[in-house]
Amino acid sequence: MIELQGIGKTFGAGASRVRAVTDVNLEIKPRSVVALIGPSGCGKSTLLNMVAGLYRPSNGQVIYDGCSVSDVNTDVGYMTQKDNLLPWRNVLDNIALPLELTGVAREARYKQARELIRLVGLEGFEDKFPSSLSGGMRKRVSLARMLLYRPKTLLLDEPFAALDAQLRLAMHDLLLKLWSEQQQTIILVTHDLVEAVTLADRVVVFTKRPAMVAMDQTVDLPRPRDVREVRFTKAFHDIHNSIWDRLREEYDEDKV
Amino acid sequence: MSEQTALENAKVRAGAPDADQGGGLAAASTPVMAVYQIIFGIILLLIWQAAATWLIDPFFISSPTAVLARLWEWTADGSIFLHIWATLYATFLGFFIGSVAGVIGGIWLGVSPFVSRLLNPYIWAFNALPKVALAPLLILWFGLGIESKVALAAVLVVFLVFVNTFSGVREVDQDLIDGVRLMKAKRSQILMKVILPSAMSWIFVGLKSALPFALIGVIIGEMIASNRGLGYLVQRAGSEFDTAGAFAALTIIAVIAAILNELVQAVQSRLERWKVVNR
Repeated sequence: MIELQGIGKTFGAGASRVRAVTDVNLEIKPRSVVALIGPSGCGKSTLLNMVAGLYRPSNGQVIYDGCSVSDVNTDVGYMTQKDNLLPWRNVLDNIALPLELTGVAREARYKQARELIRLVGLEGFEDKFPSSLSGGMRKRVSLARMLLYRPKTLLLDEPFAALDAQLRLAMHDLLLKLWSEQQQTIILVTHDLVEAVTLADRVVVFTKRPAMVAMDQTVDLPRPRDVREVRFTKAFHDIHNSIWDRLREEYDEDKV
Repeated sequence: MSEQTALENAKVRAGAPDADQGGGLAAASTPVMAVYQIIFGIILLLIWQAAATWLIDPFFISSPTAVLARLWEWTADGSIFLHIWATLYATFLGFFIGSVAGVIGGIWLGVSPFVSRLLNPYIWAFNALPKVALAPLLILWFGLGIESKVALAAVLVVFLVFVNTFSGVREVDQDLIDGVRLMKAKRSQILMKVILPSAMSWIFVGLKSALPFALIGVIIGEMIASNRGLGYLVQRAGSEFDTAGAFAALTIIAVIAAILNELVQAVQSRLERWKVVNR
């Protein structure tokens, strides 16, 4: 269970003070998939950083499994917009890194890493350095690395934004499959409402900065979902449109 | 390297039809360019020889043949190797001590903001000091032997390496560090697996620029007070009005400096293969 209690976050001081987030209260149930959606720059990534323990909230607290998060939260896997691969390591060593850090022997960690390389479709690229991979491939390496150490919670910050449409669907499929096997809690930040409704049990819409919860919509589409077909169902349309009506207000106000 | 050469060759071949358009010579392949470079060097030597024969008194500028004769003489009686060894040994020792101290200091200050802010003015004040001016003090402290040369070399090296290491550590991408912290990395692991490799290219810039200074430090030390080493040879030749001897010693110093430079280059390209972008 992840609880955000009265979270506020302010950056800077004096004239350059920016309120990124004000008074956000959320309860995220274990093993649920929650999508956070809202205008860009509204502070969604800041929320993830606070769940990961990389930022301290200015107000309120993050409760993770009953404990207040006060240091780096090593229970979570965090996939940021940047891929954060180590440029001096090849693909295999990058993916095996989390096991290397916890002291797993070389052979064992390579074996597990190779399985994940197969899963994300990067066979043949084990010896390549990140600089020679495309953006989409780097994202997949980063995903594989995160999945390798089986964190209980996945924080995904626009993980698929850089991928082409076909690959994105394949990654959605992979993510849902892994989720049904491993039952992690997933918090997904995205701009893409279709992606949010396809994957999530619940979509939380944020206002523009400072971010506040504008709408909290349950997505009760049956599982398992077919990521290619689910978007053409009537139920999907109804949910999508009701969220879109609220989301559009945030963007419309922006224009004025 | 071989890829690069192949590339240059390809360019030459592609440019062959219009080689007469002026770009032809500049696009010469590496071996051809080496031949040009040797020819240029020989021409310079010939001019020098001609000037010494007809224009200027060889007492001041010596001549290539006299320098060669001197080099041969020193090699034949083996005395030169004693001097080369003395200089090289002190250079490497000074470089090693200075580098280790510089890297450790740079990392330590790079990861502890408090200490780096505390020491900041002192470090820059000391850095602004012409370190060569410390030579008399170092000789007083460490004596006339090799220790004072090593110390002078180390003092020259340590700041260059320190400053570069420090900047390298400061430049490390905080997101990479956060990423591995989430993967349960310990402090030592963050240092060894993220900070150090990331700062490595900066450290190398420091090492590369510091190596010639190690040589300079040793030679200055030898010129001030010593009875062996290449600096001593230059100094002795000068005081005896022996220009051929001075040029001969300078030639050896130049060759050593060039070899040291190549050495660092080779080590760096070996360690930084990941930087090569294969497209």
